[in-house]
Amino acid sequence: MSALLKRSCSHNMLAAIIMLIFICFCVHFQNTAGQFFSSGHTNNWAVLVCTSRFWFNYRHVANTLSVYRSVKRLGIPDSHIVLMLADDMACNHRNPKPATVFSHRNMELNVYGDDVEVDYRGYEVTVENFLRVLTGRLPPSTPRSKRLLSDDRSNILIYLTGHGGNGFLKFQDSEEISNVELADAFEQMWQKRRYNELLFIIDTCQGASMYERFYSPNIMALASSQVGEDSLSHQPDLAIGVHLMDRYTFYLLEFLEDIHPASKSNMNDLFKVCPKSQCVSTPGHRTDLFLRDPGSVLITDFFGSVRKVEITMEAIHLTDPILHPMSEEVQEKTYSYVDQLPVSEIIHQKPKQKDWHPPDGFILGLWTLILLVFFKTYGIKHLKHIF
Amino acid sequence: MGLLSDPNRRRALISLLTRLNAPICVLCYFAAVCWFMGLSFEPFTLRTYMSENAMGSTMVEERFPAGERALATAKEFGAHKKKVGGMPVDWLVKTMQARGLEVFTQRFSRTLPFPDENNERYIVEGTNVYGILRAPRAPRTEALVLSAPCSPGDDNNQAVGLLLGLAHYFRNQVFWAKDIIFLVNEHDLIGMQAWLEGYHHTNTTGMDWSPLQGRGGSIQAALSLELSSDVVTSLDIVLEGLNGQLPNLDLANLFYAFCQKIGVLCTIQGRIQRNDWDSVSGYSHAVQTMMLMVMKQASGRSWGDHGLFLRYHIEAATIKGINSFRQYKTDATTVGRLLEGMYRKLNNLLERLHQSYFFYLMPSLSHFVSIGYYMPAFGLLAVILLLRALDLWVQLATPPSRNEDGVADIEQSSTGVLSVLTPLVISHLTGAALYMLPVRFQEMAVEHFQVSETEAVVLTAIAVYTGGLALPHNTHRLISGEGTEQGWRVLKLVAVLYLAVLLGCTALINFSLGFILALTLVPVASFVTPHVPKLLSAVVLVILSPAFTLLFSVFIFQELQEMPVSFQDGWMLYLSVISQGILDHYLYGSLVYPLIALMVYPCWLLFWNILFWK
Repeated sequence: MSALLKRSCSHNMLAAIIMLIFICFCVHFQNTAGQFFSSGHTNNWAVLVCTSRFWFNYRHVANTLSVYRSVKRLGIPDSHIVLMLADDMACNHRNPKPATVFSHRNMELNVYGDDVEVDYRGYEVTVENFLRVLTGRLPPSTPRSKRLLSDDRSNILIYLTGHGGNGFLKFQDSEEISNVELADAFEQMWQKRRYNELLFIIDTCQGASMYERFYSPNIMALASSQVGEDSLSHQPDLAIGVHLMDRYTFYLLEFLEDIHPASKSNMNDLFKVCPKSQCVSTPGHRTDLFLRDPGSVLITDFFGSVRKVEITMEAIHLTDPILHPMSEEVQEKTYSYVDQLPVSEIIHQKPKQKDWHPPDGFILGLWTLILLVFFKTYGIKHLKHIF
Repeated sequence: MGLLSDPNRRRALISLLTRLNAPICVLCYFAAVCWFMGLSFEPFTLRTYMSENAMGSTMVEERFPAGERALATAKEFGAHKKKVGGMPVDWLVKTMQARGLEVFTQRFSRTLPFPDENNERYIVEGTNVYGILRAPRAPRTEALVLSAPCSPGDDNNQAVGLLLGLAHYFRNQVFWAKDIIFLVNEHDLIGMQAWLEGYHHTNTTGMDWSPLQGRGGSIQAALSLELSSDVVTSLDIVLEGLNGQLPNLDLANLFYAFCQKIGVLCTIQGRIQRNDWDSVSGYSHAVQTMMLMVMKQASGRSWGDHGLFLRYHIEAATIKGINSFRQYKTDATTVGRLLEGMYRKLNNLLERLHQSYFFYLMPSLSHFVSIGYYMPAFGLLAVILLLRALDLWVQLATPPSRNEDGVADIEQSSTGVLSVLTPLVISHLTGAALYMLPVRFQEMAVEHFQVSETEAVVLTAIAVYTGGLALPHNTHRLISGEGTEQGWRVLKLVAVLYLAVLLGCTALINFSLGFILALTLVPVASFVTPHVPKLLSAVVLVILSPAFTLLFSVFIFQELQEMPVSFQDGWMLYLSVISQGILDHYLYGSLVYPLIALMVYPCWLLFWNILFWK
């Protein structure tokens, strides 16, 4: 008996460790399943707006184009991106390198590229057009590329940049959009079921004032500076003669360059982009209207277009005759998801950190051990009934 | 009851006004002088800063490499100039075409109203040569101008050489959004006037010029270059233009910002900035710099080729290279880089320069005084005139005790108004004579006296001026009635108000001229009455008259430039200043001479009349 007791003590400790591992495994299993079912969107849209014109506002166009580049690289196609640029910097007469828009000094990165598709250009970028795009109230003759054809399962990324102030954003030196107008437009979108979730990013002076008035659910907002602070530009390029990027978007671009379509970074990482030491202004964010926990929201939920495919177990009757039925019974197969975009083919990516799982045989052995210990402790006679 | 409608209060106010009038006037005068002198005290000034957002900071990379080649071109230009004996038009056309510009020429000719002895010219004929660098991708709607004068002798060869070197370098760049016009003008201001009139299709001065074959677009800014040596020790910027107009302060700010970036010594009025503003010598240095600017602005002349652009709302400045005995020399490449940087920044402009001040005074290149700060000095002087007018009005309104009834008052005041009209008309006729006679009757003067035409004109002007002094003794024979006590008061009221309006309008356009005239004429206006001692006040009045103000200004100007002159030389300089003033009016439309002859002088004559009122 004492020998049994001694063994039972050590077995108890072992049992505790095994229970712990079992709980972790359960939780991990829960997470994987939870992640799969947590975001309810099926498609992604992006509305990227640059509101300033003139050569000395080069940096706003570069901001917008760098976000466009990231969003396109992560999978959102041009048909799902509404890009509004108020001025043409690449072909401006003052550009010493025509047909380029650089975001890094010494012309390291040309964000204009070969395949930029601008939907609203020049004087078409107005407050009215922007609100019409958001709410969908466009005349029937508007081409599809200029429409935001989102539905109630769309996640939309809205990025605004330009000159702003407390409660307003300046469009093209002649008009402004106020935070109240913007909040009302989002409410219209909610009531018309035009979005599932919305991520709103604004890079202007006093940007936090623009999201103060939001009241519709499922909106998460980020701004580059608080009320009373100015968002600063990052670096001038002497050869071109202007500032190339704003600080917040520069660090945002650096952060996004590390994201690939299968990455699991979440919104909490995005909130940490550009702390005060780098940005001089204090970036802010607002998550109270968002129903999910930001820690569970992936960056690619908004910036990329990772499609979730629903697989149905039901048999589908085809009207055309099938030559042979494959088999009478439906085979039980375990399904797994193919990588949408192979990671190795994408440049600028760091190797994916694989989570470590204990090998399968070990788990089986562990279960066997647990059962044996159980029956050993509580009576071997029960074993007969099982085997 | 209200302050002004209550008769008791009104009487109290009026008595206060009459009692304290003279002390307040004296106080205001000294306050105005102190305010003006205090303007150059550094804590009262503001640092200059770039106001135009589109120009941004000096964030540009200057890469002009070809200073030596520019100097070689300058030597070639000098040699050709000497060979031709004037402007080497063909060589310039060929050189500019070789650099890829569209080259055009313009011929002009002008017969001056009388020979110009300073520049030794009477019948002027010349050619302007200009080349247009078309912006590679932009529509031809806007232009910038870089000009260098073709001067006789060896002057300004390097300016033309640098201009051609910059043209060659600019032609290779793709980022020009405006056309750049490289202009070499002959006979400095006359040629520039002909070119500007041809460019803008106006003809205000009666010059003869051939129309321009090639045009750029509306000119946004212009720089004129004067460089006569291979190396310079400092660069001077000249801002004062025709009629005292100044370019937008942003142009001076741009120049200063680039001077600091590149590390070239920059000056204004040819004086180097000092840092010790709290010492007496530092303060007096700033005062002298500002006084130089005030005098240059008051003269209404254009002190560089840029001055004629300002009339067309084109911001322009002249950059002069000065080579003095300093150790640190700046070579032509650096000067070229400075100009390249300035032009790249001007290229970024979307609208004309309008964000910064148009009216300012500069005690040094890094500090300025805006119109809001210097206008109260003039305002205090104008207040004196208004107080005097109020005082006279009160005196006119309250009849003197010896008059019995109101009827006689009204009769007297009505005759007073009519009697005022006569001196007014006669003074203005004298002014008109001062304006027209000198130039019209110069031939007659030359016939009768053995003097050159220029001297004839100047001496006729002085003669008419002095002749006006004899008027009061003669005009009284024309007036029907006797002069009365009321009469001279009415005349003085009219004269004081006339002077106030005249000086006010002048100060708005050309503050320096208005202020200097006010400094001398306001005391005249305030104290003159028929009852002051005649001889003494006559002398004082003559000393404070515009002609003597000009004489003193000439001497003070020479002192400030550290080239003091003896009385003989000063007198000759004074005569030449008068002739230049008259020439400026006929050649370029300067308004100082007509203003003084037609308005200020008659006004002063009215006061002279009052002094000798019987």
